[in-house]
Amino acid sequence: MTKNVDAIVVGGGIHGCSTALHLCLAGMKPMLIEKDYAGRHASGVNAGGVRQLARHIPEIPLSIRSMGIWEKVAELVDDDCSFESHGQVLVAENEEELAVCRARVAELNGLGFTHEELIDAAELRRLVPAVAETCPGGVVSRRDGAANPAQTTTAFRRKAERLGATVREGVAANNIRYRDGRWHVEVGSDTFAAPVLVNAAGAWAGKIAADLGEPVPVETVAPMLMITSRVPHFIDPVVILRGRKLSFKQFVNGTVLIGGGHLATPYQDRNETVLDWKSLATSAQTVFELFPVMRSATIVRAWAGIEAKMKDDIPVFGPSSRHQGLYHQFGFSLHGFQLGPGAGAVMAELIVNGGTQTRVSDLGIDRFHPSTLQNKRTS
Amino acid sequence: MTLAPKREDYDVVVIGAGPAGLAAAATAAEAGLSTLLLDENMGPGGQVFRAISSTPVTDRNQLGADYWVGADLVQVLRASSAEVIHRATVWSLDRNLEIAASIGGASAFVKANRVIIASGALERPFPIAGWTLPGVMTAGAAQTMLKSSALVPNGRTVIAGQGPLLWLLAAQILRLGGRIDRILDTTERGNYLAALPHAFAFLTSPYFAKGLAMMREVKAKVQVVSGVTELSASGDGQLASVSYVAGRRRETVPADLLLLHQGVVPNVNLAMAAGVEHRWDDLQLCWSPVLDANGNSSVAGIAIAGDGAGIGGANAAVVRGRIAARAAVEALAPASAAKLVPMAQLRTDLAKAERGRVFLDTLFRPARQFRIPSGDTVVCRCEEVTAKDILDAVAIGATGPNQLKAYRRTGMGPCQGRLCGLTVTELMAQARGKTPQEIGYYRLRAPVKPITLAELAAVPKTEADVKAVVRG
Repeated sequence: MTKNVDAIVVGGGIHGCSTALHLCLAGMKPMLIEKDYAGRHASGVNAGGVRQLARHIPEIPLSIRSMGIWEKVAELVDDDCSFESHGQVLVAENEEELAVCRARVAELNGLGFTHEELIDAAELRRLVPAVAETCPGGVVSRRDGAANPAQTTTAFRRKAERLGATVREGVAANNIRYRDGRWHVEVGSDTFAAPVLVNAAGAWAGKIAADLGEPVPVETVAPMLMITSRVPHFIDPVVILRGRKLSFKQFVNGTVLIGGGHLATPYQDRNETVLDWKSLATSAQTVFELFPVMRSATIVRAWAGIEAKMKDDIPVFGPSSRHQGLYHQFGFSLHGFQLGPGAGAVMAELIVNGGTQTRVSDLGIDRFHPSTLQNKRTS
Repeated sequence: MTLAPKREDYDVVVIGAGPAGLAAAATAAEAGLSTLLLDENMGPGGQVFRAISSTPVTDRNQLGADYWVGADLVQVLRASSAEVIHRATVWSLDRNLEIAASIGGASAFVKANRVIIASGALERPFPIAGWTLPGVMTAGAAQTMLKSSALVPNGRTVIAGQGPLLWLLAAQILRLGGRIDRILDTTERGNYLAALPHAFAFLTSPYFAKGLAMMREVKAKVQVVSGVTELSASGDGQLASVSYVAGRRRETVPADLLLLHQGVVPNVNLAMAAGVEHRWDDLQLCWSPVLDANGNSSVAGIAIAGDGAGIGGANAAVVRGRIAARAAVEALAPASAAKLVPMAQLRTDLAKAERGRVFLDTLFRPARQFRIPSGDTVVCRCEEVTAKDILDAVAIGATGPNQLKAYRRTGMGPCQGRLCGLTVTELMAQARGKTPQEIGYYRLRAPVKPITLAELAAVPKTEADVKAVVRG
């Protein structure tokens, strides 16, 4: 017995949930399929950075679009997602790094982007008083911030459900095929069919794309994070380093999240990761050097979320180059969380209107496969 | 003195020096395997034989003959070639059998061919109103002070709960001249009937006569109230009184100290963090690892022995330790297994040691109202989350303990669910009409015990660093 729905979204991460929510807002009744539960993987366990800072230029328009949604996220999902905006600061540890920052900001300004701002040592010290005296400056993106990733993804799922999306958790989408103008997906003992299929399956999306004839250069990675016990409040913005792998964020409750992209070994089939403590020790040492106040803090937990990383570090976003009604939304390469709200909105526009005002054309899967679709719309 | 492991690789690494770990390490070493025993405490013994080599309580009658069995186990181990490191907190174990341990403020990494986890048991949470007040503590904590420092309560003391350890502790406190004003026995009356069919096996167990004598000894000196169905502690910033209901009587007694105990459950944190599969045990009402007859877990190379494998008591723990170690010997050095006690003999020993366990589990199965709290009673102490908070989160969509973290920070504090995990699982199962197995448990993460940032920062990062430290 096949059930017809308006659209099928595969993957209950921030992207799948956001797209389902925005499809509902556009009047559709989508079906969201998640093999575990919404936010089980990278979307629920990432660092929660809401960051326009230091992004690849092709995804900046999508990031800016998303930022506008973040700033009103409570109105959208009836939950504040613990979003707070104290800026994100990129710290240059020496003059050479500061020169790179200066060139980057100039390049962005030349392209018309103004969200990144070069700062000197005094402003850096004002924003991040605890940072080591030797750092000569950096870049700030003042509207950036952070949110609670599990709370956010859950809130998007809940709001999508309230607006009419059907959410199926704990069962995988199987045997995806196109027949008689519809995408058919087996979900447990049920089959669902829809004219639209969104592949937002995160680390599992590359296989779906490949099975449908659109293989892309993607790998599964598991960036590690660790969190400390509560320490007295000493820092507001999120801090990232220019030259070393480190991101750093203190929450309202005093705990400090330390990340930066060191990788664990993923065991994707088992939903497991094995941490690399020698790499985490490198992060700990960097924090030890830059933030003496942290030296006596304890590490209470470390983990890694499984996600997809593209060879060119830019997501695959937009219509398929081979199939009608198929859309890809994956490969966010360790920086997809902030993009989630905006990407869902833009994806819904692509699906419902056939185009969008937000420039996403550099993100398409056609960068790997020249389009074979006759009536492909461009955005 | 700080002692780092002498090698980077071992045939067998045993974690925990309670009865199972002592026996396992001695057995593996006896067969000639390179064996490392890592233990968190200052000396061998675990909880049941705590401070066996150092206790100031030297009158053997006061702690009882069962306690002093530990001394023999320690002697055998010390005579063996096993390397033993105390004050070594294992904070990470993964499926590649890489172990990280904090020893004297520095972390050491070792790799094993076989790991035997013997991390024992924890006391079951006892979440009643007021259980977080200063002046309320677990019976196990009281026993720790008694064994290691001969400290016994001298203020107004109430002991509440049930189970063999409760009576043992009461007897030990009284023998050392401590004060107990009242014992509130929460054993459900229906349990006596339910346990009856298993009574015959218990009659022939070594625990029967001792247990009965101990209860008689305690009841001769202390007022014992049985059939307690409600219990709460109250006071303004400090315990002042304990209220209870027994039968139709409601009573409040002033108290300076309330010791709570309703049995022990496997300490699963390290095994779960290593990826070992666990299942809900409907009789013991806790998570137990899925193991084969030799104690081997779902992760290749990791075995679990002792109460961490499912509560069986000290005698069973010793045998399980020997079985797991013998299995490791059979796998790594089959020729050496001949000198060990044959497996068939060990299985007979185990059956004998486990005799009567079902009776105890049934009789001392804790009552629902003492496992699943309601209203403003705190469940998660680290983050101060109440039962009502959790039910509210369930009502708006939290489906399991891990999802609950997105609503409340339950289990995300330093204790990693040791004090709330079972309560959260059962509370959510009840609220959602599911079994605890369906609801599941927190995904646990290393470090299973916190380490300082400074200690982690000092860990050698590369092979070159490692060589500089190890050989330099």
